Amino acid sequence: MFHWLENNPFFMAAGISIVISFAGLIEIVPNFAKAGRPLVDMQPRTVLQLAGKMIYMKDNCIACHSQMIRPFKSETDRYGDYSLSGEYAYDRPFLWGSKRTGPDLHRIGNYRTTDWHEAHMLNPPKIVPGSIMPAYDHQFSNIADIETAYAEAVTVKKVFHTPYGPEIKGTQEAWDAYRPTVLAEAKIIAADMKDERVKSAIAEGNVPEVVALIAYLNSLK
Amino acid sequence: MQSNAALEYDYSLAKKFTFLTILFGILGMLIGTTIAAQLAFPELNYLLGEYGTFSRLRPVHTNTVIFGFTVSGVFATWFYFGQRVLKVSIAESKFLMVLGNIQFWLYFVGALAATISLILGYSTSKEYAQYEWPFDIVVVIIWVLWGVNMMGLIGIRREKALYISVWYYLACFLGIAMLYLFNNMEIPTYFVAGGLGDPLHSVSMYAGTNDALVQWWYGHNAVAFGFTVPIVGMIYYFLPKESGQAIYSYKLSLLSFWGLMFVYLWAGSHHLLWSTVPDWMQTMGSAFSVVLILPSWGSAINMLLTMKGEWNQLTDNPLIKFMVLASTFYMLSTIEGPIQAIKSVNAIAHFTDWIPGHVHDGVLGWVVFMIMASIFHMAPRMFKREIYSKKLMESQFWLQTTAVVLYFTSMWIAGITQGMMWRAVDEYGNLMYSFIDTVTVLHPYYAIRALSGVMYFIGFLMFAYNIYKTMTSGRELTEEPQFRSPMA
Repeated sequence: MFHWLENNPFFMAAGISIVISFAGLIEIVPNFAKAGRPLVDMQPRTVLQLAGKMIYMKDNCIACHSQMIRPFKSETDRYGDYSLSGEYAYDRPFLWGSKRTGPDLHRIGNYRTTDWHEAHMLNPPKIVPGSIMPAYDHQFSNIADIETAYAEAVTVKKVFHTPYGPEIKGTQEAWDAYRPTVLAEAKIIAADMKDERVKSAIAEGNVPEVVALIAYLNSLK
Repeated sequence: MQSNAALEYDYSLAKKFTFLTILFGILGMLIGTTIAAQLAFPELNYLLGEYGTFSRLRPVHTNTVIFGFTVSGVFATWFYFGQRVLKVSIAESKFLMVLGNIQFWLYFVGALAATISLILGYSTSKEYAQYEWPFDIVVVIIWVLWGVNMMGLIGIRREKALYISVWYYLACFLGIAMLYLFNNMEIPTYFVAGGLGDPLHSVSMYAGTNDALVQWWYGHNAVAFGFTVPIVGMIYYFLPKESGQAIYSYKLSLLSFWGLMFVYLWAGSHHLLWSTVPDWMQTMGSAFSVVLILPSWGSAINMLLTMKGEWNQLTDNPLIKFMVLASTFYMLSTIEGPIQAIKSVNAIAHFTDWIPGHVHDGVLGWVVFMIMASIFHMAPRMFKREIYSKKLMESQFWLQTTAVVLYFTSMWIAGITQGMMWRAVDEYGNLMYSFIDTVTVLHPYYAIRALSGVMYFIGFLMFAYNIYKTMTSGRELTEEPQFRSPMA
């Protein structure tokens, strides 16, 4: 049979395709619906937090930080309750990470505050002596792309029925009407911050990247 | 056609992709060495402002070495040996030549644009699949062009039976096509949200645990079908060609090939041990990882036994050295992986530097060695010149071998140290170390790893120089060498 396959490339290719498809079909497909279920009463992230998640992705925090607390005592002692599948149900993409050069962040909102993050992002070794994390100073001057985060909320609401309210709609008018809500949320975060660049950006009605990022980190509980 | 005259093959495409292999190799390894140094000396994060941090550069490194270096190497070797084992020149079909050239230019421009997009921060954050949707579409087009080219060449072949290497390249094409397509399913938000926001942004089709499963089914098997399958295909062609020895066992080749095809994909979930994916999937991933030793070692042992009775070649042909060491590192890497996939070992190893250590003994010792050896073998035949310097090749071999050993030993120690410190408790059951203690302790190992990176990178520059000099000033050959590559 193998000799015959070697002389018939089409059937060889078909054979390879069948053999390599098994694993995905048996391992991934059967559990798909169940694994997609959120925890009871879980709310999706706000638009500001989504914008923060986009900063988390843009500066690629998962290169060094995980969001997956494994069910070991050493991990629950260090980071808090172990992670549950339903907590990730609205995370597109998942951001579990695969390497902990820095600590896990899945429950960082429970034990770090806005002002801690502000000081830390400006100069990590000053807050944690010996830290090898670089400063993310540019997040204080770059403006977060809130509109794209809003577009993401509209998309997941439309396509995946993520439970966002009726005010999230894919029109320019809806976005213009929604913008002040995001700004108000950003102002609450910025009130706990000292950086002048942040203060003046907020006063002009813009949201610096670091404010969105902190909103996101604070929501990780 | 029953003429005995040797066919003239057209190596223009093989040459072009060889240049890209070297170019992307230099780029990818330079960035890799830089980010290794950043972990030891954090001040190096500030060389390029927001574009030069470790976090921003890491995906640039991984994507450049995977989709730049390795994939070019796969293309280059295909356009070389594909013609030879199928006994047909690609120049016999104008269509395939044009297609190949379109593939080359689209690939070159696409790869550069995608790299720039990553540096700018456009990223889907799924490892080895970070490109945003427009670049994914370009990747798919390039891949299909290559597939059509491969099938086309197979379609007009004179040699009816497909050689083993062709099986592997066929599998590489099919496997990557399937994996890449499913894992990169994403929805551009701009179009759904009525023109709001950034057109390049997209959201993943899958969420949370499902996304993780699809991602690591991809992540693990992109390694399988990019770093293992075509590289095994390479060694099946280039080792017998260079040594003049027939493959030791046809049956072992069959077993290894079909075994690898069936078993490899199941092992993906070993990246998610102790996570929120169901237990039975984790156990399945663990068990299949251990079974995976069989087909992996099957190929490697088949290669080593091919050299049976001819081990003297190891002492006098540095190219044989590269290939034999490559299959040895393949054995090391494919026993190490299953060990890490055992749940209790994984509890310590996961999230630590042992994982990049494992990846790099595989890629530096096996993938890069094999691609460089293939190019060394192809050079005298493509450029019709003798290899410029055997001495340089020898020193490169030892420099890079030392570098690989330094890399994985330092990362093994770093990984196990950190894994043990995370879980260490004192006599009252309290955690003994704060997280930062487990970071500062790694400094010497990070420094050793950065040094090994510099050594390996210098070795790669020596390789590039040797190929360049071969092209420009190697002694010209009047006829094609049959087995052993001539070198000065």
